[in-house]
Amino acid sequence: VNAPRGGVGGGNDFQWCFSQVKGAIDEDVAEADIISTVEFNCSGELLATGDKGGRVVIFQREQESKNRLLSRGEYNVYSTFQSHEPEFDYLKSLEIEEKINKIRWLPQQNAAHFLLSANDKTIKLWKISERDKRAEGYNLKDEDGRLRDQFRITTLRVPVLMPMDLMVEASPRRIFANAHTYHINSISVNSDYETYLSADDLRINLWHLEITDRSFNIVDIKPANMEELTEVITAAECHPHQCNVFVYSSSKGTIRLCDTRAAALCDRHSKFFEEPEDPSSRSFFSEIISSISDVKFSHSGRYMMTRDYLSVKVWDLNMENRPVETYQVHEYLRSKLCSLYENDCIFDKFECCWNGSDSAIMTGSYNNFFRMFDRNTRRDITLEASRENSKPRAMLKPRKVCTGGKRKKDEISVDSLDFNKKILHTAWHPKENVIAVAATNNLYIFQDKIN
Amino acid sequence: ASGAQGPALVEGVGLGMAGADSDDSLYPIAVLIDELRNEDVQLRLNSIKKLSTIALALGVERTRTELLPFLTDTIYDEDEVLLALAEQLGNFTMLVGGPEYVHCLLPPLESLATVEETVVRDKAVESLRKISHEHSPVDLEVHFEPLVKRLASGDWFTSRTSACGLFSVCYPRVSSTVKAEIRQHFRTLCSDDTPMVRRAAASKLGEFAKVLELEYVKSDIISLFTALASDEQDSVRLLAVEAGVSIATLLPQEDLETLVMPTLRQAAEDKSWRVRYMVADKFSDLQKAVGPEITKNDLVPAFQNLLKDCEAEVRAAAANKVKEFCENLPEDSRETIIMTHILPCVKELVSDTNQHVKSALASVIMGLSTILGKDNTVEHLLPLFLAQLKDECPEVRLNIISNLDCVNEVIGIRQLSQSLLPAIVELAEDAKWRVRLAIIEYMPLLAGQLGVEFFDEKLNSLCMAWLVDHVYAIREAATCNLMKLVEKFGAEWAQNTIVPKVLGMANDPNYLHRMTTLFCINALSEVCGQEITTKHMLPVVFKMSNDQVANVRFNVAKSLQKIGPVLDSNCLQTEVKPVLEKLASDQDMDVKYFAQEAISVLSLA
Repeated sequence: VNAPRGGVGGGNDFQWCFSQVKGAIDEDVAEADIISTVEFNCSGELLATGDKGGRVVIFQREQESKNRLLSRGEYNVYSTFQSHEPEFDYLKSLEIEEKINKIRWLPQQNAAHFLLSANDKTIKLWKISERDKRAEGYNLKDEDGRLRDQFRITTLRVPVLMPMDLMVEASPRRIFANAHTYHINSISVNSDYETYLSADDLRINLWHLEITDRSFNIVDIKPANMEELTEVITAAECHPHQCNVFVYSSSKGTIRLCDTRAAALCDRHSKFFEEPEDPSSRSFFSEIISSISDVKFSHSGRYMMTRDYLSVKVWDLNMENRPVETYQVHEYLRSKLCSLYENDCIFDKFECCWNGSDSAIMTGSYNNFFRMFDRNTRRDITLEASRENSKPRAMLKPRKVCTGGKRKKDEISVDSLDFNKKILHTAWHPKENVIAVAATNNLYIFQDKIN
Repeated sequence: ASGAQGPALVEGVGLGMAGADSDDSLYPIAVLIDELRNEDVQLRLNSIKKLSTIALALGVERTRTELLPFLTDTIYDEDEVLLALAEQLGNFTMLVGGPEYVHCLLPPLESLATVEETVVRDKAVESLRKISHEHSPVDLEVHFEPLVKRLASGDWFTSRTSACGLFSVCYPRVSSTVKAEIRQHFRTLCSDDTPMVRRAAASKLGEFAKVLELEYVKSDIISLFTALASDEQDSVRLLAVEAGVSIATLLPQEDLETLVMPTLRQAAEDKSWRVRYMVADKFSDLQKAVGPEITKNDLVPAFQNLLKDCEAEVRAAAANKVKEFCENLPEDSRETIIMTHILPCVKELVSDTNQHVKSALASVIMGLSTILGKDNTVEHLLPLFLAQLKDECPEVRLNIISNLDCVNEVIGIRQLSQSLLPAIVELAEDAKWRVRLAIIEYMPLLAGQLGVEFFDEKLNSLCMAWLVDHVYAIREAATCNLMKLVEKFGAEWAQNTIVPKVLGMANDPNYLHRMTTLFCINALSEVCGQEITTKHMLPVVFKMSNDQVANVRFNVAKSLQKIGPVLDSNCLQTEVKPVLEKLASDQDMDVKYFAQEAISVLSLA
């Protein structure tokens, strides 16, 4: 029986099972190993992670083998490369971290794969390609590499290509630099497949994928006087089908949708999404927790989802005054905002993602918990990325955080949550129920098991 | 390898071999072949660029059976190597045995036509187009056309985009059955899933239309054009505009109205500014393609709208075309159209909010005066010129000034000079040095138009002030400017007006200004001639050879070297030589060096 595509599991349709975990087990986590972004490619066959050490690791899904029915394509390391190096801006006396902020795959155009990776300042286009042939036969050297006497050359040898072990190469194809004064928070490839946008705190630039020496500034919210600064851009994304539409979110909890057809500069938005504030819940932290940390269009292009500190909202692009769906991610933290402010957790930037059919969404929380919401049944579930019970195909147990005084069995109290273990980055396979969850330096891969 | 011997073989390999054995000639080729896979990309590139040498040495047979198969699989390499390879293969026909075997070149070019790098693909397509002409009609159908089909139905869009550029070269030379297939393939690509392929198809639509029979242009091409022009992606629609222009040139006048104009009208009013920009940018071509009647009825209102577009980029593109559009209007109604339809829009653009629009207009507006004649220029255009000369944006003023010659021919420049002067003075003192640099470059032109009297009275002091500008690039340009002025006004003028001032700076306390004197002398000696140089400039140069700043002293040496050819030999021997000899024993290393250099260049040793 085929389960309906999507769904969050935990019901009688299917359950999430452990599949794999990548990364070291050590308690001591090297800063450089912390995963800072996770992204499936368009087919889901490849999965890329970036880390704080500037490295990109690409995993490839194994071909499913017939005699191992239950192992449905594990992901194995395909290529690892150093994408960014630490740099120093001598003019501004600023260190530029090598941390990979975002990875975006390009649609596949030939046998090779391409991705964009960005740190705070620079975006790079990488090509990942395979090589399985090697040229053999030299004129001036023999098979063992010894030089031949040049006067003994009586015939010319043309090299012949011979099969060899598969080699995967990653090579930098383009470097898009010097266009961002502030830190890049988003990159997004346009559906025209020839341009992409990059956003920092105050500006959004539009690039042509083949041109590195110029970009067009399409949004600039920098006030003439920086003391008048009241909001920053937190994320931006191109519409999946309409090449002229993009959105960007702000620290004030609003989202602006712009149409690049209307004008060359998109300072004036064409739609403005904002939910009126509930005056009863207003507090000192209201503005901080309403800041949007991620915005994602649904695959269909009809909806978009935004993540703020406590909730995920789904917006219909045709309705600007309120979201069509709101999901509480960890409402129990509302009473803890004061201490979360003190330990800076309140500024954590949680991302969110859709499943392939837009019927479910996923986002992270603390204590290595992550949440999924089924949009049709309104069911939600909390799961944990942990090494306990990480046997292959072991079922994931739903977790529960108790808020009241009495703690039931299997529940965890708010006070014992570990706020150092946070799941900020997750990714959902574009076609199947396979998810990748980054927990500090470990990457967990879970998949569904059909009952 | 006997056929391979020739000067091309050893040349460039850099091995002077004393060959006793005849096979010695193989060595440089062996090096080239091995370097096809050298780790150093420069060496690989070098080998690829000498591919014809390798092929010549291998002979046609081995080139076909060994070299080309190897090259076909070499698509892993760096872009620049692949680009060079794609280019080489376009000239390889003779090296594989002539037209009879030209199809052997298809496999490597086919694989190059699928790489992701656009420049490489484009070059591969260019080479394929080139060698397509060397295919016999039979080979074209047996080998070339199947390749085009393979590319057109390839899995990756890279191969399908490459196919788009190949239809037009095989179409005219194949049978009518194959022609029908080609048209079908092109149609399929025009509605490809990926915008990249649709863009490639749209950009080749015009070229493909040109080789089609008129009946198919009317049936096939028009529907493809209409579809692409209403594509959901504006990046596709904007390419359809150019195709529309090409198609319009192919159709008889009576069909234009029904087949092309509705789509073009729609493009001129497209929701996306980029499409409207494209229409504005191609407006002159469009005007020529559709002829005078449609221009009068359709293009004039469309042009007015573009000049009033809400997007500044579109207005700027249209403003750029104002002169060309007016020039190409049908003569009988030209003046009326300009005066009643175009000029009102132009007047508004003069006070546009966007400076790019204003400066685009300023770069062409002066050209209208020749079209409209003296009276209209004085009455209607002059106020606009004057307004632009007072524009807040320096680029607008510069663009007006740089085109003064157009007006000069029609009404003379005097009418403008009252406003011109304040504009020039303001630009000359602009805080941005690039603006100052730009106005300096127009000085010789202005001087020519305004005449020597006006110049002496009003502009000479500016030219002198630039010599002491605090930016070197300005001082340098000012020096060059003086030379051009002397070319215009003559040596006598130079002696009376500028030479005394230039030489006066030799006593300036600032050594940079003293050096400027030397740079001016370098520039002026030749145009001023021997007499002025010897009598007035040389003594100053000599005096400066005792300057306390070494930079000035070595520039004296350089100056003497520079002006030496203007002086007579007696002067060189008796006056210049002792000074240079003294400088050659200077304490400063650089002074010595340049003095010695001057001595040897002037052959005074």
